[in-house]
Amino acid sequence: MADVSSEQENRVADSFEEILTMLPFIKEASQALREILLANLVMIGEIPSPTFEEDRRVEFIQNRFVEAGLHNASADEMGNALGILPGTTGEQNILVVARVDTVHPLSLDHTITLRPQSATGPGVGDNALGVAVVVTLPILLELLDLELQSNLVLMGASRSLGRGDLEGLRFFLSNTEIPISVGIGVEGFPLGQLSHDSIGMYRGEIVCTVPEEYDWTRFGATGAIVTINEVINQIQEIRLPRRPRSTIVLGSIMGGQAYNTIATNAVLRFEIRTESEQIGEEIFHQMEAIISDVSSQTGADISLDVFARRRPGGIHYRHPLARATRRIMSALDIQPRKSPSTSELSAFIGYDIPAITIGITYGERQNTPEEEIIIEPIFTGLAQLTGVLLAIDRGFCSEN
Amino acid sequence: MKIESWLKSNTFHHSAFWDLNALVEEKQKQDLKISLCIPTLNEEKTIGKEIVIFKSELMQRYPLLDEIAVIDSDSSDQTREVASAFGAQVFLSKDILKKYGEKRGKGENLWKAIYQLEGDILVYIDADIKNIHPRFVYGLVAPLIYRPEIHYVKAFYDRPLASSQGSRPSGGGRVTEILIRPLFSLFFPELTALIQPLSGEYAVRRQVLDKIPFPIGYGVETSHLIDVYHRWGLQAIAQTDLDRRVHRNQHTRDLGKMAFGILQTFLKRVEALGILSNLPELSTTLRQFQVNNNLFEEIPLKIIEEERPPMIEIPEYRKKFAHA
Repeated sequence: MADVSSEQENRVADSFEEILTMLPFIKEASQALREILLANLVMIGEIPSPTFEEDRRVEFIQNRFVEAGLHNASADEMGNALGILPGTTGEQNILVVARVDTVHPLSLDHTITLRPQSATGPGVGDNALGVAVVVTLPILLELLDLELQSNLVLMGASRSLGRGDLEGLRFFLSNTEIPISVGIGVEGFPLGQLSHDSIGMYRGEIVCTVPEEYDWTRFGATGAIVTINEVINQIQEIRLPRRPRSTIVLGSIMGGQAYNTIATNAVLRFEIRTESEQIGEEIFHQMEAIISDVSSQTGADISLDVFARRRPGGIHYRHPLARATRRIMSALDIQPRKSPSTSELSAFIGYDIPAITIGITYGERQNTPEEEIIIEPIFTGLAQLTGVLLAIDRGFCSEN
Repeated sequence: MKIESWLKSNTFHHSAFWDLNALVEEKQKQDLKISLCIPTLNEEKTIGKEIVIFKSELMQRYPLLDEIAVIDSDSSDQTREVASAFGAQVFLSKDILKKYGEKRGKGENLWKAIYQLEGDILVYIDADIKNIHPRFVYGLVAPLIYRPEIHYVKAFYDRPLASSQGSRPSGGGRVTEILIRPLFSLFFPELTALIQPLSGEYAVRRQVLDKIPFPIGYGVETSHLIDVYHRWGLQAIAQTDLDRRVHRNQHTRDLGKMAFGILQTFLKRVEALGILSNLPELSTTLRQFQVNNNLFEEIPLKIIEEERPPMIEIPEYRKKFAHA
């Protein structure tokens, strides 16, 4: 077994050299697109695009696809922006996707500030940069005079986050007549991220409502916040196995109206993340039991709403796609960081399509209005993406 | 020219010029050169974005602009470094036509740009626009390319997100509505048709720009309109709706300074044109007040609206642009 994989490794390495030697040239040449890429980044990022309200951003992307001369440049009924760059043979179809929605509301000032070394603003890295890279990709390939054999399907995916639950990408994959051979998810940051498998996930809300006619003389009559606190205490007591790795993320909590009014409502947002589908089910059932228990003790109305589920899966560490991507990263001095994903990758897994998610540059303060990305590493990120595309296109990432 | 017919023929919306390929083709057919001037004073936060967007969209993708230049009033922040890092030509205002000295004010930068830049058409865009977009340039330049009789195109911004009524008030900022529009109504009624006479974004033909004087301070826009109107008539002026402009809001006290400067310029123009005569010598001190520990204090502020002569009167300019 060891011999076979070593033999395969060598065969790939030999055939791979040409791509690896092209990478520094690609990185250098992509600098010529600095203004075009940054202009796309700013114009995309300054269009607010909360989940379910991505229309204006999608329209912009669609116009860019039309200007780039992509085939079938359009938006589908789920609000995804799509375009196809036809390959010379069209034997494979590579889907490159970036989500277009953000966590930021329409009302937030979406101004992006551009400095020589960095760009700052809400959603600039997550995921305006990913989208900007996808819309700039046809120009990059033209600049590099690279003609792929495979068809390149470019997509700005809507309804990905929160309650969107990857609806846009799932819709496309379940309704398209184009057989997608490989998927690449593009995220603004971090550069070095390599996700090729997805952990299982349940995402939901626990909503606690105290009825208006509540009997305040009863036990626990301190309102919805104290009740939800009791739910949290009991969730914390759920025993989680060390293997398969599992965790419960309590992501956000809201409740109450004022200093001096007993809260009549409270909302807890959570995610269960686990490498095992079965463990996920068990934790979910335990949470249901906790809610039923606390509800009966306090008389409060508590509901559990799970609106997004992902099953664990993906490609193996040794899969040629994962291996080729790691080698491309190493050649560009990028430190690969395996990071299980709950994002676009999960949709590909649902359709048994080998896929990876990669980042383009470094950044910080993700999902805050002061989110920031560093400009210079973007060109390394572009070389990385182009290298992976070439590797897929030339057949170095296929198990067959 | 009646206001109503001017509004119909010379008021545009930027969306009418969305076809940039056609616009560039027409520009090339006429062999026009277009320069963008961004006057700056401590604009490091917004200048990078403006340059990247205009360079990418209107030089690389659609070659509408031939040059982008920042004319800076000695900013103390990183404005010049940022602008130059993103590939703009950067000039210090005081280094241009050095012989004529240095005056402080945005109008000074605009005036010196006429000498420094090469374009047949000059577009001026303020550097503090937060929601910058290529329309800020092509919306202003297009009427000059398509309509030879138009010489001066002014921006206005009038696209509310929602309106519950069929008609709604449409106007400029506070200084426009309480100072400029009443003054225009009194002395130049046709100029009231300009929705935002004080907007800092406009495109002008060189042969007009080099023949008008330039107040160096707050009054430059008002003075331009009066001079262009007086010399070439309302038909030479147009305005384009650029939708929304997001920028810093100014305090009322700052608007007072602005109004004071504009009023000085306005009175000088009407006197020069013989509309008013025998004006007394006017004070150049604006007196504002503040309360400190229940005591009222006067804050006197010297605001002198100096003026640069028409550029055509400068020998160095005539030599550089011999055709002029």
